[in-house]
Amino acid sequence: MSENFRVALLGNPNCGKSALFNKLTGARQKIANYPGVTVERVAGILALPDGTQAEVIDLPGAYAFDASSPDEEVTRQVVQGEFPGEAEPDVLVLVLDAGNLEQHLVFAQEVLALGKPTIVALNMIDMAERDGLKLDATVLSQALGVPVIETVAVRRRGLDDLKSAIADARAQIGTHADRPVMDATERRLEARTIAKATVYQTSKARRVGDRLDSVLLNPWAGPLILLALLFVIFQAVFAWAAPLTDALDGGAGALGAWVEGALPESFLRDLLTEGIIAGVGSVVVFLPQIVILFLFILIMEATGYMARAAFLMDRLMAGVGLSGRSFIPLLSSFACAIPGIMATRSIADPKDRLTTILIAPLMTCSARLPVYAVIIAAFIPAREVGWGIGLQGLVLLALYLAGIVGALIVALVLRGTLTKGGATGFIMELPRYQLPSVGDIALGLWQRAWVFLRRAGTIIFSATVILWVLLSFPQAEPGESQVDASFAGQIADGLNVVLEPIGFNREISLALIPAMAAREVAVASLATTYAIDAENEEAEAEGLASTLSNRWSLPTALAFLAWFVFAPQCLSTIAVARRETNGWKWPLFMVGYLFALAYIFAGITYWSAVALGL
Amino acid sequence: MTLESLKPGHRARIAAIDWGALPPADAKRMRALGFETGVEVGMAHHGVFGGRDPVAVSIGRMTIALRKSQASAISLEAD
Repeated sequence: MSENFRVALLGNPNCGKSALFNKLTGARQKIANYPGVTVERVAGILALPDGTQAEVIDLPGAYAFDASSPDEEVTRQVVQGEFPGEAEPDVLVLVLDAGNLEQHLVFAQEVLALGKPTIVALNMIDMAERDGLKLDATVLSQALGVPVIETVAVRRRGLDDLKSAIADARAQIGTHADRPVMDATERRLEARTIAKATVYQTSKARRVGDRLDSVLLNPWAGPLILLALLFVIFQAVFAWAAPLTDALDGGAGALGAWVEGALPESFLRDLLTEGIIAGVGSVVVFLPQIVILFLFILIMEATGYMARAAFLMDRLMAGVGLSGRSFIPLLSSFACAIPGIMATRSIADPKDRLTTILIAPLMTCSARLPVYAVIIAAFIPAREVGWGIGLQGLVLLALYLAGIVGALIVALVLRGTLTKGGATGFIMELPRYQLPSVGDIALGLWQRAWVFLRRAGTIIFSATVILWVLLSFPQAEPGESQVDASFAGQIADGLNVVLEPIGFNREISLALIPAMAAREVAVASLATTYAIDAENEEAEAEGLASTLSNRWSLPTALAFLAWFVFAPQCLSTIAVARRETNGWKWPLFMVGYLFALAYIFAGITYWSAVALGL
Repeated sequence: MTLESLKPGHRARIAAIDWGALPPADAKRMRALGFETGVEVGMAHHGVFGGRDPVAVSIGRMTIALRKSQASAISLEAD
């Protein structure tokens, strides 16, 4: 029986349920997606005082069983034992925010009416006391007819009592308590009555959160504070991550060199070093950026600031049919689309979320910078256009803006067509401010990092092996270059037929194939191709920028830049989009529309430049 | 008067809610958050951009962000 003992945690959003779950189960959590929906299933093991174990699932927060979000629908189906492949929980732990009892008791009535063995965790009792509320748990327990345990999850208060109560509830498994079934209005009236009886003292004192809000949501100070915070985050993602990224990059290089020295020359060795270590290494280097970005995001979420940021930015996002919740994921995508797409989980509306995922790759990520930098250095003269503004910087800015404008237009079009409807506007609870718990943040970071490494890693692993095989076989005859002889070379010949009309040459076609793994690889592979092609030492030594400026026309270079504004050349992003949308349909659509845009805009750029005689 | 025109710092009681004017999902969510005839609400904050949309409304012990288009379905009692 002990293996099958299943406990479910449920409650309103912002009831402190996940913090309680973390404290009950520790770090041994399993995160997966419920099949068919993009709702996370979080489960863990709880050690009970009697030495047995229970499986605990942390159900998504719900305001009611009458679902208005996919999260609520999952919660309802799981609790009622209707979710396919998910066993019905034996005991429910209903988590209520002591500081917002009247509201949370409405959903509580609905849960209790199911008649299942239930325990109430009266959570965040310390915050309620801070706000001047005094509550009597005995009164609440009598009114609801179930045990009530006072808890403060972040301080571990009441946890042992809660565990004992869960163990005791095992005796009631399978029993059905007859509790009144009420309609929505009756539930609210009953909630009000019970809350009045339970809360025996309130104070009119102005809450700390109100004072914070009057600064953070102030029409002048609010946006400035947000802007300053974003600047710090960007600085951190670019600057703090750099040494760690370099170290990982160096580590992968050193590992490759060590394997190369330790193994005899063979295909296995080349596959390990050039394929697996170099390929997987090129993905793992994103980890420091992801961890740093998520550190900020998790802190913003845990403190309650994230909802305020969404509030401040909602009007601007509404202009393209999105809501304030899309702001942070899109902003994160300027560092890297991978954490950006992962951060879309905080968007409740599935269509808003999908639209945000689909446009996230248009934000100019840090991997595009090396490509932009090389081409700009080679083709754009370093002269001032006046007022101390350099032409090179202006072109870089234009490339960033092209991505943003592209994203906004695509969002508008998608919201009017494929992701039409379901514009649920913007209704969002601004939760009370809280000090985040270090343990919860650390656990969240670990989970995000692990999800990234495991899921994106497996797909990247297979893709890099395939790419390596394409580049290494068939083997070149003596005197012939390996890239030309390889399957990739042959594919490039085919690709060239398609890409020639937009001004690309065969070397570009060839560079685009390995650059599917990550955009910045394009630079390295152009360097390799021209190095191999170089007929004399002199040409090889002249550096990539000058090689390119000698061999490419300006229209070709501009077309190449336009291509990289749109082209979805990043397997990790595609892999993460697949994971987050639970299927291949939307990632394939994303890849298709981005390549189409890349092709069209590179073509327009090339032919306009030619027509202008550049 | 409807909710979106309530001045920040002021409170009023809900006289009626035009549920039919709201998309069904919005109506459900607003009911679940306790918006109902007779309930006292307050205007906590206005937004920053474009007509100062959205607004932050206090209801019970919560603060809820709403767009003005949603808040306009809520009529308030005169003082």
